[in-house]
Amino acid sequence: MRRAFAHTLTELAHKDPRIVLMTADLGFMVLEEFSEAHPDRFFNVGVAEANMVGLATGLAASGFIPFIYSIATFASMRGYEQIRNGPVLHELPVRIVGVGGGFEYGHAGITHHALEDLALARVQPGLTVIAPGDHRQAAAALTDTYQLPGPIYYRFGKRDDYELPRLDGRFRLGRTEILQEGDDLLIITLGALSSEAVLAAQLLGNQGIQTTVALVSSLQPAPWDDIQSLIGKFPVALTVEEHYPEGGLGSLVCEIAAGIGASCRVIRCAVGMPPGSCFGGERYLREANGLTGQGICATALKALGVHDA
Amino acid sequence: MNQPAAHIEAEGSLVSTAKKIRKIIIEESKRANVGHIGSALSIADIIAVIFRNELRLTGTDDPSRDRFILSKGHAALALYAALHLEGILTEDQIQTYCKDGSMLGVHPEHRLRGIDFSTGSLGNGLSIGAGTALAARMKGLDYRTFVLVSDAECNEGALWETVMFAAHQKLSNLVAIVDDNGQQALGKTKDVLDLQPLAEKWDAFGWEVHVTDGHDTTCLREVFSGLDTALGKPKVVICKTVCGKGVSFMEGKVAWHYLPLSDEQYLQALGEIEEAPFV
Repeated sequence: MRRAFAHTLTELAHKDPRIVLMTADLGFMVLEEFSEAHPDRFFNVGVAEANMVGLATGLAASGFIPFIYSIATFASMRGYEQIRNGPVLHELPVRIVGVGGGFEYGHAGITHHALEDLALARVQPGLTVIAPGDHRQAAAALTDTYQLPGPIYYRFGKRDDYELPRLDGRFRLGRTEILQEGDDLLIITLGALSSEAVLAAQLLGNQGIQTTVALVSSLQPAPWDDIQSLIGKFPVALTVEEHYPEGGLGSLVCEIAAGIGASCRVIRCAVGMPPGSCFGGERYLREANGLTGQGICATALKALGVHDA
Repeated sequence: MNQPAAHIEAEGSLVSTAKKIRKIIIEESKRANVGHIGSALSIADIIAVIFRNELRLTGTDDPSRDRFILSKGHAALALYAALHLEGILTEDQIQTYCKDGSMLGVHPEHRLRGIDFSTGSLGNGLSIGAGTALAARMKGLDYRTFVLVSDAECNEGALWETVMFAAHQKLSNLVAIVDDNGQQALGKTKDVLDLQPLAEKWDAFGWEVHVTDGHDTTCLREVFSGLDTALGKPKVVICKTVCGKGVSFMEGKVAWHYLPLSDEQYLQALGEIEEAPFV
């Protein structure tokens, strides 16, 4: 997704002179396409994220559309107060680009694992929050939203080498995208981990359990109507996200279920390990938190009261 | 080169403007029964010179207007007073200071005409100002960005991120003003977190440094009018000031960072300001 972001932004910037890209000294082998095509609109501000948010606030107030780029932890948290008092308070079109949410930076450890970025972003009024499911959707989401008047937080995954089935790059702000339909179970998924949710649905299908998989890429504005409609049809819904259970997609679905008095039981598949428990690669950490296709499948079977065959 | 402000004022008028600003600070803080009086009095002369002699097109939406950011937002009453004297805030508006439902709080709010950015959290105004200064250069506009920070605000690490960036980018059109009154909320700056030598620090970070008496309008006028913001390094004007300047019982007293005025103190403060021939 990060390469799709860099390529799409480079193309957009050819047509739109308002686009500026800033990085806090990250983006090796990712941002070169932009920096070479638009050197006068590319700034490496050094390892100084808080300053980068302030700079972007000043630029946005002066008619530019600044994108500020870093690993998702640093992009979302180091300058959080500056984001709150800058682009959010002033309703300015600053685009905060957080790369590699969840466990995508695997062995780098907990300092590089953004597991609460969506919760932090979602509580800021007027801050659009977008977490695409694959690189084609990332490109579409960027093209579709970059001109919005207010601020945006994008959580882009690192990988560009897979596509979610039947998504075909669709993106609609404030809506869900249905990846497959089934009558027995609802899985609501978000971001790069969605490939595991799709795998879980396949494994469940092998056992005769037909699953609807709904992808949420627009966390704010939330797809309230779509989710309300979906959870009204199922007794059990699983939410799947590479994030702590609190504040992200699972919380959103619970808020909607509680808000409408739905009878649907919501089970949040999320990161349960205490921070800093151990080092490991992305795959290992997903497994340890029950967030692989097999792990999600097992959680679903348990929720449905079905023993794994 | 930059065009001069529309209304370059003579010395006596600048002193008079600063006196009017101080009078408004005392009257409105008493009416609202709020503090931060010392901090506002500390910058009255700086604000008078900046607003009367330097800022162009204040209160308009003109893209080429000079920007002013009061990064030490807790002194907003001095800013409101200047905007009132410029005819941007009405008498009715300024009398809503700290009333429920007002847009005039202890810290400034950008929805008010004449205020580009809301502030109140220290250490962040300079980075926004560096952003507007960078935007001016990218757009080929000659406006300047002035950012007024407190000395204790230089405790904030984020400020120094911007100091480095502005020097690296040679943002000659960015002017930082330090209200160097040597006081902060709980004590003298030299006792809380010693900043000195402050001028040498900014110089070492690559800025063009000027040090002046922050209560002498002649010195202030000469320093600001002499800045060549079209060329060279970013500029910092370190203004040596006294917290509570103009009111004898407040001057240099840490408590007046927060205290409101009693009736007796109010009358004395107003009397001293009105009688002072040269604050």
